[in-house]
Amino acid sequence: MRPDVEVVAEQVFAALADPTRRAILAALASGGPATATDLAGRLPVTRQAVAKHLALLAEAGLVRAEPGERRRVRYRLRSAPMQVAQQFLAALARDWDSSLDALKDHLDRGA
Amino acid sequence: MSFPDRIERTVELAHPPAKVWAALTTAEGLAAWFGDQAAIDLRPGGAARMSWNHGFTVQMRVERVEEPTVFGYTWQISGLPEEDPRRTYVEFTLEPAGAGTRLTVVESGFAQLPDDLHGKAYEGNAGGWASELGELASYLDAA
Repeated sequence: MRPDVEVVAEQVFAALADPTRRAILAALASGGPATATDLAGRLPVTRQAVAKHLALLAEAGLVRAEPGERRRVRYRLRSAPMQVAQQFLAALARDWDSSLDALKDHLDRGA
Repeated sequence: MSFPDRIERTVELAHPPAKVWAALTTAEGLAAWFGDQAAIDLRPGGAARMSWNHGFTVQMRVERVEEPTVFGYTWQISGLPEEDPRRTYVEFTLEPAGAGTRLTVVESGFAQLPDDLHGKAYEGNAGGWASELGELASYLDAA
């Protein structure tokens, strides 16, 4: 069964609502896969806090744990759920009102 | 459902359908109100393109041409990578209204899911960069 876009969007936006989780995602996006220890070294939070956030991000499908020894588990960013969120934002950002106003102005100018 | 799949607007224009049609379906018309530059091959399956002076370009594909009542095209979803295959469908419907035109625009398809959202295809994609960089490394090593 295909997952509901609404459920995916809710998880993505809930995940992005927290500044530490945004920082973790940004670190994985810019630097590639990393362990909880690596991330704690780069961010102003404890390893325990990073691990807790990574668990939530994995639950939402935004990161994936790569198989490995417990403390060496590396987390990798998964972009597919973000694309659902991007589509949601694209619908909100598609400004037909301004475009149609411009069409009206164009036609009136040419009359 | 709060995730909008479809956007719909109707406007009353004080100009006859033929004139509105020209504004929607010619490069000159599109460049005058929609993009800053435009090109269009007006037939189903034809390519069209609009670009803006701030640097954004969108590729379109003409889908329906029923002069002067229905013009439809698909285009990329803004914000998604250019190679993403998903498109939204935009359809303009023109109806005579007195001396003018009632124009309806419907854009649909925002709630499509990526096919690879939870599938195996995605796992392949996620590994894409790592394997491409691996290939680059082997290529350089061999050289």
